[in-house]
Amino acid sequence: MSLIEEIREGVIEGQANVVLEKVRQALEAGESAEVILNQGLISGMQRVGELFEEGTVFVPEMLIAARAMDKALTVLRPHLVEAGVQPIAKVAIGTVKGDLHDIGKKLVAMMLEGSGFEIMDLGINVPPEKFVDAVRQGAQVVALSALLTTTMPNMKDVVDAIDQAGLRRQTRVIIGGAPVNQNYADQIGADGFAPDASSAVRKVRELVGV
Amino acid sequence: MTVSLAQLLESQATLVADGGMGTMLFAAGLARGSAPEVWNVERPEAVRRIHADYIAAGAQIILTNSFGGSRARLSMHGLADRAAELNRAAAQIARSAAQDARHSVVIAGSIGPTGQMLAPYGDLEPDDAAEMFAEQAAALVEGGVDVLWIETMADMSEVRAAVEGCRRAAPGVPLVATLTYDTRGRTMMGETPEHAAETLEGMGLLAHGANCGNGPDELLTAIDHMHHAQPQAHLVAKANAGLPHMVDDRAVYDAGPEVMAAYARQARANGARIIGACCGSTPEHVRAIAEALRQEDPVT
Repeated sequence: MSLIEEIREGVIEGQANVVLEKVRQALEAGESAEVILNQGLISGMQRVGELFEEGTVFVPEMLIAARAMDKALTVLRPHLVEAGVQPIAKVAIGTVKGDLHDIGKKLVAMMLEGSGFEIMDLGINVPPEKFVDAVRQGAQVVALSALLTTTMPNMKDVVDAIDQAGLRRQTRVIIGGAPVNQNYADQIGADGFAPDASSAVRKVRELVGV
Repeated sequence: MTVSLAQLLESQATLVADGGMGTMLFAAGLARGSAPEVWNVERPEAVRRIHADYIAAGAQIILTNSFGGSRARLSMHGLADRAAELNRAAAQIARSAAQDARHSVVIAGSIGPTGQMLAPYGDLEPDDAAEMFAEQAAALVEGGVDVLWIETMADMSEVRAAVEGCRRAAPGVPLVATLTYDTRGRTMMGETPEHAAETLEGMGLLAHGANCGNGPDELLTAIDHMHHAQPQAHLVAKANAGLPHMVDDRAVYDAGPEVMAAYARQARANGARIIGACCGSTPEHVRAIAEALRQEDPVT
């Protein structure tokens, strides 16, 4: 197995220390940071996402894999910056106003980050204006989370606020959360819906055209 | 009238539990995003009325309005220091509603998840979680609950922390725990119904099972698997009233009372001993469940 393959495998297995060590070795061997990122780390996370969708692995395995990737990125990041490697796109993510649920949103953020997106995590209980500000600061995608049927309508408020700020055409909005479905996305004028963190990555990639 | 849950399980084939509390509170005017537990102090009559309606519909077990009553969850609303007060009040209201009942009613102190992920996956240390659950359990027992009812859990280590906390604060008070199977037949954290049933039975809980999730069908499958894994267990089924659809900014759940009646019969056939409902359900759903079970309940 090549070092890159070992990095990829290490991410899938969630072995943070192995991944870190192999990334160091790959850098020393003169491998490009971009190849390490795309063919090693991101490719590994993608496989974890597939395994999740197949029902072979669950949230804990996803978390461990993301953590392994995170740890490796601390070493890799300066090299990526030096090489001028840009994130795929900037995604602003948050749980909508009135809703204090954090876990699902965090998982989606981690999987997106693990797939090469830059994440602006706005947190929980986020008012519409904050999402609008994030778009002004360059977020190309806005990802909204709600776990409660009582806070779902606040997703529409965000879509409307972005629209009223005249920013709707430069933004893609994706929604998710236990009670949310495609029908509701259509109803409030969102661009997409994803039932879980892994499909969210696929949907966001589709929305930004990569 | 009061009676212990163990006695009821001895004397009756199936017991009726209540339905959704949050659903009813929002219908009664609770503001979106505010902590339902605050109404235990600010609008106790409204909470009491919901309990009374479920009891009148036939519920033999009612869950206190304390699902989000752990310090961890209340702190998100800036209410951490009121945990003891709000949980105690929750228990007192339920107890007072049960006093006027024509049948025996068990008061179950609802304990929901902290909303945080436990270590090693998250930052919350299991022992700190256990301390928060202990605080909540102590207040619920002080307010008069008969059993402590841990629900909507996804992570077995959080269930363990809750059980540990309850036993620390209130040794001897019976425990019930239900998990939510909403991810391809498993909990979000990948727990299977079979494995959970085995683990929870091993922890010596009085009853355990499944609640919430994606409507009756998936929950019934989980119950079936648990029953096959642990045929002797007292299983709890509390399904949502189907799936929600938004109509004019309000959630409408697609399962009506007749669907929940059929679900109740099937839950019993699958081995559940305690049958109620969860999100989206109302006293009408619980009445249909109670009638369905009463009609065909074999005399024991």
